[in-house]
Amino acid sequence: MADKVSMRVAYGKALEAYGAANPRLVVLDADVSASTQSSYFAKAFPQRFFNVGVAEAGMVDLAVGFALGGKIPFVNTFAFLLALRAAEQIRTCVAYARTNVKLIGSYGGLSDAFDGPTHHSICDIAVLRAMPNMTVMVAADAVEVARLVPLVAEHDGPVYLRISRADVTNIYSANYQPRIGKGTILREGSDVTIIATGVMVERALRAAEQLHAAGVATRVLALHTIKPLDRDLLLAAAAETGAIVTVEEHSIIGGLGSAVAELLSGEAPVPVVRVGLADTFAETGPYEALLDRYGMSIEHIVSAAKRAIALRA
Amino acid sequence: MVYHSDELVVSLADKAAELRRTLIDMIYCAQSGHPGGSLSAADLLTALVFHKLRLDPANPLWPERDRFILSKGHAAPLLYAALAMRGFFPVEELKTLRQLGSRLQGHPDRLKTPGVDMTAGALGHGLAIGAGLALSARMDSLSYHTYVILGDGELQAGVIWEGALFAAKYRLDNLTAIVDYNGVQLDGFVRDIMPLEPIVDKWRSFGWHVIELHGHNMRQILDALDEADDIHGQPTVLIAHTTKGKGVSFMENQCTWHGRAPTPEQCQQAICELEASDDGR
Repeated sequence: MADKVSMRVAYGKALEAYGAANPRLVVLDADVSASTQSSYFAKAFPQRFFNVGVAEAGMVDLAVGFALGGKIPFVNTFAFLLALRAAEQIRTCVAYARTNVKLIGSYGGLSDAFDGPTHHSICDIAVLRAMPNMTVMVAADAVEVARLVPLVAEHDGPVYLRISRADVTNIYSANYQPRIGKGTILREGSDVTIIATGVMVERALRAAEQLHAAGVATRVLALHTIKPLDRDLLLAAAAETGAIVTVEEHSIIGGLGSAVAELLSGEAPVPVVRVGLADTFAETGPYEALLDRYGMSIEHIVSAAKRAIALRA
Repeated sequence: MVYHSDELVVSLADKAAELRRTLIDMIYCAQSGHPGGSLSAADLLTALVFHKLRLDPANPLWPERDRFILSKGHAAPLLYAALAMRGFFPVEELKTLRQLGSRLQGHPDRLKTPGVDMTAGALGHGLAIGAGLALSARMDSLSYHTYVILGDGELQAGVIWEGALFAAKYRLDNLTAIVDYNGVQLDGFVRDIMPLEPIVDKWRSFGWHVIELHGHNMRQILDALDEADDIHGQPTVLIAHTTKGKGVSFMENQCTWHGRAPTPEQCQQAICELEASDDGR
């Protein structure tokens, strides 16, 4: 397995690079720029960086003001604070008012592992996904997050992008070109489809290797955009494999699994087995061990795939 | 400071009276809406929309226009009446307030109504939004000024003070906040529910230039808005002492008229009183 690299550092550097190209970019942070790595931008463009202190709700409203003034504001803090403390600001002034604000939720999922459940973000996607006008995205690796920064900036309208604190294995090669709303087939297969987002894409690929070794031809789809869903890709997977597993670092309520189940139950009903955090708070501990203990191990994905296939039969 | 002629002051006071009658009629027609806080802010909003703000009704998104955010968005009937009379959309449309399919939503919607710079309604947002807008203008060396009308109950929201800290840190002298200090909120008197005093000291300690004024005295309002222009290096807040339900005897200082529509008889009486106070100004 390749060396792990920091997704947040890749994000910070990408933001700095894009900031050099686009003078309309402004960046806000709520006293965690050394964590989110918006500090790269802050150092390079101090006149366009605003540290608002511990004031997440106010930060989103300020960003709305910047957007009304023609800027492209990137708002940075921990995912749980952005999605929950500032939820009403986001709903009313970003989503409903359709202002061009980019919300970057760092430390997604359990990736702030040792800070414990107060800092884990397990329902951000559910909250943001339920808001009309909102595009909801999750980056899988350092390459993807770097590619997504310019796309998010140039997308006309509100975007929530979740990134991870973790050092991650790069899935994508340097020539990868994502498009908002489009997923990627990482591995072909006809027995079952594993749909994964974020850091869990890498675990999904490793689960698929085990399944292939056991004779199960497993398709792997990576979705960086949870809303809007790549409908064509999902309907094809349902039609061609007839069994679906979703894998995410989020509560199984309201996230990727729910989104996929909502689509398929109405248009192409097939078994959908959801891998994620099973309606519980996690605890403090090492990151990989937390994922394993709380339902997101490779073994969990493998057994979910077998269950989906069994349900189809 | 410019001396404002009696003619200007009188004509603006007349306009405010007309707005009051219009908004009562709108809320009566809709049988829904917020008369109390619309009446209290009528003189303040008149001074802005009909005098102070650089606006072009034919070009609502004119880049150089002054920006105005009605953070206390429940005073939407007042804002709509003012925008229509200023020429942003037909006055006849005011009768569609709160109807299905209308451009005049229950609270202001920047995407639906010409002249509305920002969506508002949920309280607490306008000051921080105004601060972001004001700083944007300064970064781009644009000369427009940003005005935000806040309710007093709204000042109980912590996020207001997040915006106040930011505006002071960045010395936003192109931002003016106006507090419609009518002393009454939905559930009762502000002083009973969550007192704001000493309100002037609060804003001053947050780094703002504070001007206290009588919010139904048109000349004082015009002078205060001009004074704000001359303040450099810090944002200005106008603490405008007003009366909730101003001009309608049975609505004045009554929290029950925060968000209630009048009956036909009450509507008639209200409009009679507003015409009489107009004559006797």
